[in-house]
Amino acid sequence: MTASYTNNSDAHAALIKQVLEAYPDKTKKRRQKHLGVAASGEGTGEEEAGVTSDCGSVKSNIKSIPGVMTVRGCAYAGSKGVVWGPVKDMVHISHGPVGCGQYSWSQRRNYYIGRTGIDTFVTMQFTSDFQEKDIVFGGDKKLEKVIDEINEIFPLAKGITIQSECPIGLIGDDIEAVSKKKNKESGKTIVPVRCEGFRGVSQSLGHHIANDSIRDWVFDKRPVEHDATQYDVNVIGDYNIGGDAWSSRILLEEMGLRVVGNWSGDATLTEIERAPKAKLNLIHCYRSMNYICRHMEEKYGVPWIEYNFFGPSQIADSMRRIAALFDDKIKEGAERVIAKYQPLVDAIIARYRPRLEKKTVMLYVGGLRPRHVVTAYEDLGMEIIGTGYEFGHGDDYQRTGHYVKEGTLIYDDVTAYELDKFIENLRPDLVGSGIKEKYPVQKMGIPFRQMHSWDYSGPYHGYDGFAIFARDMDLAINNPVWSFFKAPWDNVEDSAE
Amino acid sequence: MPQSAEDVLDHAPLFRQPEYVEMLARKREGENMPPMEEAKKIGEWTNTWDYREKNFAREALSVNPAKACQPLGAVFVAAGFERTLSFVHGSQGCVAYYRSHLSRHFKEPSSIVSSSMTEDAAVFGGLNNMVDGLQNTYALYEPAMIAVSTTCMAEVIGDDLQAFITTAKSKGSVPEDYDVPYAHTPAFVGSHTTGYDNMLKGILEHFWKKAERTENARINLIPGFDGFAVGNNRELKRMLGLMGVDYTMLSDVSDQFDTPSDGTFRMYSGGTTIADTKAALNAKATLSLQEYCTSKTLNYCGSLGQKTDSLHYPMGVGATDELLMKISQLTGKPIPDELKLERGRLLDAMADSQGWLHGKQYAIYGDPDFVYGMARFVMETGGEPRHCLATNGTAAWEEQMQKLFDSSPFGKECKAWAGRDLWHMRSLLATEPVHLLIGNSYGKYLERDIGTPLVRLMFPIFDRHHHHRFPTMGYQGAIRVLVTLLDKIFDKLDDSTIVPGVTDYSYDITR
Repeated sequence: MTASYTNNSDAHAALIKQVLEAYPDKTKKRRQKHLGVAASGEGTGEEEAGVTSDCGSVKSNIKSIPGVMTVRGCAYAGSKGVVWGPVKDMVHISHGPVGCGQYSWSQRRNYYIGRTGIDTFVTMQFTSDFQEKDIVFGGDKKLEKVIDEINEIFPLAKGITIQSECPIGLIGDDIEAVSKKKNKESGKTIVPVRCEGFRGVSQSLGHHIANDSIRDWVFDKRPVEHDATQYDVNVIGDYNIGGDAWSSRILLEEMGLRVVGNWSGDATLTEIERAPKAKLNLIHCYRSMNYICRHMEEKYGVPWIEYNFFGPSQIADSMRRIAALFDDKIKEGAERVIAKYQPLVDAIIARYRPRLEKKTVMLYVGGLRPRHVVTAYEDLGMEIIGTGYEFGHGDDYQRTGHYVKEGTLIYDDVTAYELDKFIENLRPDLVGSGIKEKYPVQKMGIPFRQMHSWDYSGPYHGYDGFAIFARDMDLAINNPVWSFFKAPWDNVEDSAE
Repeated sequence: MPQSAEDVLDHAPLFRQPEYVEMLARKREGENMPPMEEAKKIGEWTNTWDYREKNFAREALSVNPAKACQPLGAVFVAAGFERTLSFVHGSQGCVAYYRSHLSRHFKEPSSIVSSSMTEDAAVFGGLNNMVDGLQNTYALYEPAMIAVSTTCMAEVIGDDLQAFITTAKSKGSVPEDYDVPYAHTPAFVGSHTTGYDNMLKGILEHFWKKAERTENARINLIPGFDGFAVGNNRELKRMLGLMGVDYTMLSDVSDQFDTPSDGTFRMYSGGTTIADTKAALNAKATLSLQEYCTSKTLNYCGSLGQKTDSLHYPMGVGATDELLMKISQLTGKPIPDELKLERGRLLDAMADSQGWLHGKQYAIYGDPDFVYGMARFVMETGGEPRHCLATNGTAAWEEQMQKLFDSSPFGKECKAWAGRDLWHMRSLLATEPVHLLIGNSYGKYLERDIGTPLVRLMFPIFDRHHHHRFPTMGYQGAIRVLVTLLDKIFDKLDDSTIVPGVTDYSYDITR
């Protein structure tokens, strides 16, 4: 975290002004509140705490504007796609028409171990496939039958969640009553989730609703057997994309902790039920799971701490902060692990930093990544010139000030138009965003890595993941393909220079 | 330590290193998963006839269906018109899904906007979203036409597109004479092929309803929803060019989903021009290459006096013959010798390889027309399309398939399954095994569970790159399909004869 660079605040402010010109007046007024430039961290009173800038002026978690091409998804995506979907030994029903479940089927790379279709079900698409008659007459009867059929065809499923699609809340179905009835009949956990896509303004409310459904329909519902130790922790908000949770867990175990629950990548229902018995919750994706951590703190007295396992600076810092909450054994463990991996870190940086030094990066992602990955890039000598959240809240932007430098371009719920213009004007050396952004950016001749799916690579968490992260950023930026974009016969003037 | 800077291990090898194997074993101890023996027992049961019967008795639950919802087809067909931006009225998450879905298949940008309706719109209706949305879309993205379709949210609350668009125009969102065709595309009716049909009809009606029709000699060609559209549409155009036919392709996405990398992002590329779309009213005939993508559109074309006809995804010899003869009949243009030469080359290839394909048994799933065309071609190679499944197929499709089976000795043991899903297919493959499975990327789970080698010839193909750039239709496309089938058979044979000193006697160098 020694990177010292600043971005050009004036140029970025001018760019925002220029880009906003394309909008009709009303939309311009609304959009300009979501765009800004990170101010100086001085005067925030938190410089001591490592605050490097102030991103608090950007408004967030507000409805997207019709017709501007937001990148955001919906509450269903936040619940089924993010929070519940990875829980591996439960069946998650996409309740409603076929599309939502179809488009999200196997798309989030939540790795898990299990025999799919027998004892685990993550990469399957279960749907009640609503037809017109279900809309007209209601779908509760069908849902009952769906649950019965799951219990017959997939007897090892530990439970069922009902992920509501838009129509459910509009036609007045009572999925809670169905859940209670079927829970009584089968004894299995059945969780109704009111994550209809029209609720809220983005994926974010879906996370919240899914968190609440754990509180209301899982905790304290069945007896939990657990031989506790003083080193029991839950990893919360790691979805095991490309194995992230595994390359994190190995470090936590090495430092002497016992991970008793992983939420929700590679998780089982038992790991969810057991969570309140842990000594500490370690939260990685704050945005999607802070709600349940706060609940566990209030009701069960389990404290929580945010951590960041992207890049060696943050990993070491996080391990030390976690260890500080335990005894000397764990503190020594953390130092031992940091020392053990230092040669690997040195070798990675020696190999890749010279190839990536001073390269500029723009990010646009969701959850924790618009800030969490910043230092990992800086560990490689790269500089972040812009970042933003699809569905962040004020507390995310506040936390972003701990990461980005003054003058960084900040964009909330960015529109395709804005992002294209920002990228076109700033021409960063790398853009990290999603599948919808990947191809437009690459066609401009700018290297790109998907930072939701790790572009089918990963893990990026932990020391083992950092090696892959560094390798991937290098291969994206230094691939020869970018040099051929211009046809040689159009290059006559350049070569004469 | 498993990882190193010199030889960076990706996820697959990384998690097989002993440190991770041990860690995952420790994790299992705390997972409370069913005992391995129990999982094994249930796993074996899922491959039995008893399970198959229970599986096929399902009435409400759909597991791994092979279909998407209407708006996907709507935005696909709209992308095939000049500078056209799809505007989907309803929840915004749906639009994020269509865009991702299309981008993952084509490895291309997919630009679509949403009216971003939320809870207040659910209560009061989405009129304001339409009014603001059209204005923003028009100002920002400068489309030549905005094609409006709907998510199920807008359909359930009953928003009226025609009235909303009229109101938006009167409020100045877009000019009065600006083209905003629309279609209601409820996700709880039909599938993506239905959405294709509804949106195409909506676009044609928009341009044709007030126009006078003066018949000319041109024909219209509708390709239908096709993951191979980039390769196929270009191949179709090449063949029609060789025949010298005057035609309009109604929705041509081939350039939109295949833009170059040269430093510029093109939000719009190619497509059927608005002028050609208007003029297509005067065509003497409209020919659809996929009946189940176009039933309403063809009815509409017919109601205006156009001759109409439809095919089932023309793959292979007979289907391509039929396509060319139909076009020849409709236009009076003879089939040129060059295409006959191509036909001969296809047959030459089929004859050279027939020994490897004759008697092979297949399972095929996908959209109804594709499954029909694929099964027909398979039978032409001497193969038997034993299990043919279309989740979005109908009883009428099943009958058509049965007629197709009855037309050939190779169709004797074959059966079509309409409305079934890939979990049904799993039971079919487990109880009545076949040599090859033809489908999309999701078929890889069946390949893993049952061991049937998968050939990817159906949308969506996410886990292999660029297949869509090559045609599967026409004689040239048939050669491509033939090679794909043969490669899979040869690769499988090599894989199963590769152990030195044990199985390698059949590991032949010439075949």
